[in-house]
Amino acid sequence: MTTQATPDPLLQLRDLRLDLLGDDGGDRPILRGVDLTVQAGEAVGIVGESGSGKSMTLRCIARLTPPGARVSGDVLVGGRDVNRYRGGQLRRFRQTEVGYVFQDPRAAINPMHTVGDFLLEPARDRGEDLGAATAAAVETLTRMGITDPQRRMRQYPFELSGGLLQRVMIASVLLARPSLLLADEPTTALDVTTQAEVLALTDRLRRDSGIAMLFVTHDLDLAIAVCSRIVVLYAGQVLEVADSESLRRAPLHPYTRGLLASRPPLDQRLPRIPVIPGTPVSAADSGPGCPFAGRCPVALPVCASAFPDRTVHPGGQVACHRAGEIAAGSLDDALPVIPHQPSGPGAAEDPLQPGGSGIPVPAATDAGEQL
Amino acid sequence: MLRFTLKRLAGLLVTLFAASFVIYSSIYLAPGSPESIIFGSRTPTPETRAAVRHYLGLDQPFLTRYLRWLGEVLQGNLGTSMVSQQKVTSLLAHPLAVTCALVAYAAVLIILAGVGLGLLSALRPGAVDALINLGVSVATAVPAFVASGVTVSVFAVSLGWFPSYGLAEGFGGWLSSLTLPAVSLAIIASGLLARVTRAGAREQLASDHVQTAVARGLSRTRMIRSHVLRNTAGPVISVTGLQIAGLLSGAVVVEQAFGLGGVGQVLLNSVQQKDFAVVQAVCLVLVAAFVLINLAADLLVARLDPRLRRAVGS
Amino acid sequence: MIAPVVDPATSEAAASPPRQPLRSLRLGVSGWLALAVVVAAALMALLAPLLAPADPDHGDLLSAFAGPSGAHWLGADATGRDIASRLVFGARTSLLGPAAIVVLSLLVGIPLALAAAWHGGTIAWLITRALDIVFSIPGLLLAILTIALFGPGLWPAVVSLAVAYLPYVARLTMTAAEHERHLPYVDALSVQGQSVVRITGLHLVRNLAPVIAGQATITFAYALIDLASLSFLGLAVQAPTADWGVMLSDRDAVLQGHPGQVIAAGALVVATVLSLFVLGSRLSGDVPRPRRRLRPARISGGAR
Repeated sequence: MTTQATPDPLLQLRDLRLDLLGDDGGDRPILRGVDLTVQAGEAVGIVGESGSGKSMTLRCIARLTPPGARVSGDVLVGGRDVNRYRGGQLRRFRQTEVGYVFQDPRAAINPMHTVGDFLLEPARDRGEDLGAATAAAVETLTRMGITDPQRRMRQYPFELSGGLLQRVMIASVLLARPSLLLADEPTTALDVTTQAEVLALTDRLRRDSGIAMLFVTHDLDLAIAVCSRIVVLYAGQVLEVADSESLRRAPLHPYTRGLLASRPPLDQRLPRIPVIPGTPVSAADSGPGCPFAGRCPVALPVCASAFPDRTVHPGGQVACHRAGEIAAGSLDDALPVIPHQPSGPGAAEDPLQPGGSGIPVPAATDAGEQL
Repeated sequence: MLRFTLKRLAGLLVTLFAASFVIYSSIYLAPGSPESIIFGSRTPTPETRAAVRHYLGLDQPFLTRYLRWLGEVLQGNLGTSMVSQQKVTSLLAHPLAVTCALVAYAAVLIILAGVGLGLLSALRPGAVDALINLGVSVATAVPAFVASGVTVSVFAVSLGWFPSYGLAEGFGGWLSSLTLPAVSLAIIASGLLARVTRAGAREQLASDHVQTAVARGLSRTRMIRSHVLRNTAGPVISVTGLQIAGLLSGAVVVEQAFGLGGVGQVLLNSVQQKDFAVVQAVCLVLVAAFVLINLAADLLVARLDPRLRRAVGS
Repeated sequence: MIAPVVDPATSEAAASPPRQPLRSLRLGVSGWLALAVVVAAALMALLAPLLAPADPDHGDLLSAFAGPSGAHWLGADATGRDIASRLVFGARTSLLGPAAIVVLSLLVGIPLALAAAWHGGTIAWLITRALDIVFSIPGLLLAILTIALFGPGLWPAVVSLAVAYLPYVARLTMTAAEHERHLPYVDALSVQGQSVVRITGLHLVRNLAPVIAGQATITFAYALIDLASLSFLGLAVQAPTADWGVMLSDRDAVLQGHPGQVIAAGALVVATVLSLFVLGSRLSGDVPRPRRRLRPARISGGAR
């Protein structure tokens, strides 16, 4: 594991805290000190349940927090503090350094304009050469696996399927050649087969252009397949950070273990799918201790009163009082069993393989998406 | 789009047909017979009465008369005044011009003030929004007959900036004579439009696609113009259409207050003189204009919405 | 028939959940203020003889255009009549007329709307078509046409405006009834063997009460404006009678630099209308004046 130590990461979050305006008019904590780094060109996944603050982390980076939000801590992109940008600086930062892909393309793309207008809008806004911009847009659409891009450019969002539209959305972001792609559950709204295809294409284009990605998802498997490093977020706090392979093989936090154990295995039948007991708490409802303590099968009294320090290990970092025991395997009887998942070269039925390498790029056809 | 337009046009024709029937037949609900107008207080001989009834076509069956009237109307002949024996079309030419000018002037004010204030209100939450909101709420409660009294008192009598009565000659004359009436007429509708614009713009500002525009670092003007305004246009145009259509008949109040000699005043005079031919004609013209302006607004809305345009089109 | 396992008292209470929204209504500061203005205006109309300092019709040419004084709080008009007293008495015609318009259009509009919502099909089509035609004639124009036939006066104006407001009242009730009709509890009552008339009459109307109350209040405001416009034009309430619209039509006083009564009557109209709007939107949780054309397809499609 080398990335942590590299001096100048592309993105660095230091003790990021976010409070939103609650219904009662008071502050509602969402993020409670998130630390995170992304190196240039790297893909990092943020995994967590809904309400864990994963989307808000992305929004803090692009300065898209809702009105009334209070942000503290550092958000450094390319070494500069994003929170210090004003007016034109902030606009230029958004134009050139970060690209944001939203979850639902149908809502995120203005239904009143054609796909072409959407793609060319930034160029038009800045008075750039529209001919060159059109050529670049057509090329990016093609590379995103969209057939007949010229025709698509003339169509309206409602005339495109969700999968096609999300490709347009991603193309629009890649077109701007940012250094960091912020992807907020970009495939959740799509059906499963389209999901894999869109992600694979995105990943290939991203790599080709050397664009880093911060990928937010609730799907741990997907994150492991796409990203080289995973951040596990729970109630606004980072519980574990590790490279994908280590996390998949030997998760150290009981929460991560629970997440991995609750996936249905692909090659065997279980009498029942284990779930993590209890319901997730929000950052606002958790006390000074570990937010997972209430649901943790191996919690100690200290877990409820003090948030554990992060311990660094060869695969990453973990914040758990019992991480040592878990690593040594002495708590295996109390912790859920992670079902065996086929991996390696033999796993042909799983198009998304661990480690973020060698994702097959399916030939993009949009049969059935023709009008 | 074409089929949609044709369908709406057919609906419009049916409505107009029904309205024209209501307007024409309503005359026969009135106590007394129509030809009495011509005689006034004199009592005619039965022969004269019969001759006049024949001249007016009153000896024909009702349906025949209605169809004949409708046929004439469709050929652009709105009939003849029973009092002055003038053609209604020539009687209405100048008043129509006055009313159209007045309504057009008011429409410009309504759109500028309504959309402008509504947008400003949506873009500046807090004190500005609260202030505009208060003003807009009050505006929606200021009818034209109240506004005309106050504007005359302040801007015509006290300050002497504008004439208080009548229509001066020339373009400048019309402009200055129509200013106070147009302002008085525009207040309520501006308030309503500002409210609709504010609601629509706020909804758009909170929408995901505006978030996308912000995340892409677009300029604020483009964001407002091609995302907020563009997407709010539908409801704004519908409401504007309805308000402006309503102004045509609502104008009667300010026409009377300012003595402009518009269509509304012709209507009022004809009502007083019981000149049913003119009343019928004016009512028909105003109803047709009301329905047509609404249709135009609906078509424009459909034209602006790509989903409607493509779905109903081709 | 399956007897519901509840005692009569709770059953009765459950059958009228509708009362709840009206009782637990939150008006807010502006809402209470608006209510106070409306109540004050209503009291003014009811208690006019007690409140008015002078006879509203008694002219005294010596005090023509007198300024505000102990004798005339708000001054006197061109014929020396006491403006304050005329305003107080003017509240009677100015509020009674719109009240009659609202009551008439509710009495006709609600049954029409319920009939359309309940039966659907041809009946709904006929009703919506008829309302469409009424909608295509602007209210003021319909009133003027009626007055052309029957002569000027308060009652022709009231009846014709009541007809003109039918589409607005009926449309809103129809939409709400459509929605309400498909809620499970209506079916439940139907299964219990309650008659259609009873369900429509009692439960639906009660549940729609907040929406109807809000719409009625807003309609009241528009009716006040339209009726006062007609009085202003000399078509409804006639000149010597004290009425806000009539008082506002005194152009000559304004031109001679005595805008007192016009401003006072105008302020009363604006305050009342504004309060009615605020109250109406509070009552029904922001029900805008329905504006779209009535579409029979949507109505008949939903019922059945």
